[in-house]
Amino acid sequence: MVAVILALAVGTYAFRLVGPVLHGRVTVPERARELLSAGAVVLLVALLATGAFTEGGGFAGWARPAGVLAGGVLAWRRAPFAVVVLGAAAVTAALRAAGLE
Amino acid sequence: MRSVQRTTPSSDGWRSWRRDPELIRDVALVSAAGGVVGVSFGAIAVAGGLPVWVPVVMSLVVYAGSAQFSAVGVLLAGGGPVAAAATGLLLNTRTAAFSLAVAETIGTGRTARLVGAHLVTDETVAFALAQRDPARRRAAFWLSGVALFAVWNVGVLLGALAGTALGDTAAYGLDAAFPAVLAALVLPALRGDAGLRRAALPGAAVALALTPAVPAGVPVLLALTGLFLYRAPVRKESA
Repeated sequence: MVAVILALAVGTYAFRLVGPVLHGRVTVPERARELLSAGAVVLLVALLATGAFTEGGGFAGWARPAGVLAGGVLAWRRAPFAVVVLGAAAVTAALRAAGLE
Repeated sequence: MRSVQRTTPSSDGWRSWRRDPELIRDVALVSAAGGVVGVSFGAIAVAGGLPVWVPVVMSLVVYAGSAQFSAVGVLLAGGGPVAAAATGLLLNTRTAAFSLAVAETIGTGRTARLVGAHLVTDETVAFALAQRDPARRRAAFWLSGVALFAVWNVGVLLGALAGTALGDTAAYGLDAAFPAVLAALVLPALRGDAGLRRAALPGAAVALALTPAVPAGVPVLLALTGLFLYRAPVRKESA
């Protein structure tokens, strides 16, 4: 158990140090810098999509993506952040309470 | 660029959040949601038969929600320690890409780098990248980083102590809150940048399509293939 936690902790911290350690030591060309910040957004959007639709490698059911969609529509219409997040949770909770899974 | 660049968390960027009530409110909301997820992580781990110290120590030193859930899930399903660690690490490979994207935001001081690296999560990166100006980026990163770390760990401790008393957190719809947080944070970037949409949307489609077929953590990384379609914003001098 200690070994699992240690391996996860050391490995994860090493991944996270990549940026701060490399920063300032290597000169990143402008094009690469653009790709990096675009890459971060691509990763976040992919996390958003997989987080909305999938659970443990399978489909997460309709309640969650419906809630996330509601949140996305609110965000697109520039609703305040709190409204977006609470709206998404509320729609999902309401759909589940109504029996949709 | 108009002033001397400062790099420690206690410098100008860190102080400027006081002038940004909107940021404080957003961070508070995301932290609160994170805290509840932390409670459920602690409760699930202990209810599954792990000792209280396991989720608590793991949350302090690993500090990566999805990887922790997956590793504990593999352990509780009898998957063995190697599979548990490998799954968690695979999920966290994306933090290398994230840490590169926010390296400048974290700062260049030694302490800032060492501490800031540990605070690189999906949420802190999204918060930072949602800000345009470098000082606000730094403030957003550090404020959300410190708040999320504190609330997550307190939540996990409470959950581990409370065990199974919380019940089913899915009933509160909190699993929809986190994708919605990401939506709120990335939509402004996507809205104004067609080149970015061209990369992000096919990338997400690739990730979704491959999720049933490949190990957890890989689909999101494969979304980076969308970058082949990326076009940088048109610059005046380029043809």
